[in-house]
Amino acid sequence: MILENVKLALSGLYANKIRTFLTMLGIIIGIASLIAIMTVSDSMNNSVMAQMSGMGANNIEFFLMSKSYDENQRAPKDSDYYDDKTFEAINNAFQGQIKGISLTKSVGSTKITDKKKYANVEISGVNKTAMDANKLNMVAGHNFGNSEYDGVHKLAIVSDKYVNNLFDGDANKALGQKLEFMTGSKYYSYTIVGVYKYSEGSGSSFSMGTSEKDMSTPCYITLNAAIAQLKDKGLYDSFTVVANDGVDATALSTSITDYINKTFYKNNDTYEAYGYSMKEEIDSTKSMLSTQKMAFMAIGAISLLVGGIGVMNIMVVSIMERTREIGTRKALGATNGQIRLQFITEAIVICLVGGIIGVILGIIFGMVASHMMSYQGSPSVVGIVASVLFSVVFGVFFGFYPANKAAKMNPIDALRYE
Amino acid sequence: MENIELLNKEKMISGKGIYKRYNIGTENEIEILHGIDIDVYKGEFVSIVGQSGSGKSTLMNIIGILDRPSAGEYTLDGIDVSKARDNELSRIRNQKIGFVFQTYNLIPRTSALKNVELPMMYAGVRGKVRTEKAKELLEMVGMKERMLHTPDELSGGQKQRVAIARSLMNDPSIILADEPTGALDSKTGRMIMDLFHKLHEEKGITIVLITHSNELAEETERVLTLRDGIITGERRGETYDLRKREAGAERIVC
Repeated sequence: MILENVKLALSGLYANKIRTFLTMLGIIIGIASLIAIMTVSDSMNNSVMAQMSGMGANNIEFFLMSKSYDENQRAPKDSDYYDDKTFEAINNAFQGQIKGISLTKSVGSTKITDKKKYANVEISGVNKTAMDANKLNMVAGHNFGNSEYDGVHKLAIVSDKYVNNLFDGDANKALGQKLEFMTGSKYYSYTIVGVYKYSEGSGSSFSMGTSEKDMSTPCYITLNAAIAQLKDKGLYDSFTVVANDGVDATALSTSITDYINKTFYKNNDTYEAYGYSMKEEIDSTKSMLSTQKMAFMAIGAISLLVGGIGVMNIMVVSIMERTREIGTRKALGATNGQIRLQFITEAIVICLVGGIIGVILGIIFGMVASHMMSYQGSPSVVGIVASVLFSVVFGVFFGFYPANKAAKMNPIDALRYE
Repeated sequence: MENIELLNKEKMISGKGIYKRYNIGTENEIEILHGIDIDVYKGEFVSIVGQSGSGKSTLMNIIGILDRPSAGEYTLDGIDVSKARDNELSRIRNQKIGFVFQTYNLIPRTSALKNVELPMMYAGVRGKVRTEKAKELLEMVGMKERMLHTPDELSGGQKQRVAIARSLMNDPSIILADEPTGALDSKTGRMIMDLFHKLHEEKGITIVLITHSNELAEETERVLTLRDGIITGERRGETYDLRKREAGAERIVC
């Protein structure tokens, strides 16, 4: 009987090709947009999340913040900045919870030239914790050893891009070579001890839109070397605490902030410490992305709803048109249930076929769009299965009212209908 | 004399004191049938004749159990249908009654063959058995060549022949024909009437013909006259015996 009804529905729908197609269009567009949105936003989420967790979910960043929004506030004095005393106090107070404090001093960006060859670099001095957080993948030479962070050693680590530009890609040739650049009016010279493999997102620079040759890549020296060269007093307006694995970075961020403010900034008239964890950032991005996804899906769902109402509308009209047919079927012995089943099947077939076409189009659009935005796009199987099931449910839901109307028709009135 | 003859026959339809009222309990209450007694015997060809407004459509609906009487008893092939529920009525209609309508009422965009199969489909019979039977019946009414055509590709007479084949599909107890020639020209109408006579004579099928035409009614074995909701007359069809004699002399060609 079910098969019979499906055949009946298919032949009925086939007989009215254009109307059937227009009815399906609503469902097709609705399902296609839902699937496309899911595909794009899932692949976007995955890619953003991968990038962000690469930056370290355990990191807590600290900044200096003014206590009020006073426009005429004074510029920070030396005593306002973070210094070794701050870090020591944090290390002591939160022993066991933190892996270390990552400190970075930016020395500057410059162009290193060798006759016609050149390479752009951003030089920064880093302590061990900061270097570890970078998770450099060394292709030649070695990373700074523990002892090299103590005292002032004029050593540098450069990227493979740097080697490509200046040493024709031979990393071993670069080892032991000098890297010279100027700050103030004086040249400083560093010995290259290691080459790391540069990857997008490692370090701080996003170098979209520049050619590979002009791309500026990070070059690392030790923190002490940077301080010595900059004649710096060892003052920082920001630093990063790396929490131990398993520690709630968000809670730790709050307690360290409270601790610093209580210990060092209680009597400061203008500034205070402000910390936030990367995890917080990731969580808020995650929730933002999922809100965005929900909003898009809601739009898709509305178009699907409109499509569903279209199906209901056509079914109602079609039942009015086929009143005599329904009357005849009843006279020939169709029960109310059989009539209801016939029309619900018709609605399900419309929705299911529309849904399947929609899924296929949605996958294609989603993949193309993800590809164009250079995300790894793959349609979610759950989404596809859900969409197909959903379109069946839709068919039943929007088919039930018209089908029931048909089933309840009085055969006499239906037969007499002109 | 006729009545004695009929008493020995099995009753196919038996209605006693059938009333039909509409808008019951409102001030618009109206009584269409005022207590009708009707019996139709197995193998009979009966006509119910009446002018429009006489209540013949209402009576047909009750005989065809598309509707229930407001009062009275109605038995179809031994089944008391006045107390049956909707789904039981559907099943009884399906098994016991073959409808032939003035407007054919074939399902549009569906082949003649599929149309004929329909009653058996609702009876839940397998596709193959159904198709065989439908083909047989279509052959019998002379529509085998055009069985794959849809109704809009058939002439009125052809449509009515398909409808007759459909009415026979479940070997019904009676065929209920409501003005079957009403939409046809006289020549085609003649062919349809001849088909009914053939079914009656050769297959012994019970037929109830509902018509406003006295001329057609006279062709049948027994004529019931309906006027203003009561049966006012019952007689033997004037031309029925004449037809039978002619049929004996030369076979009717359909």
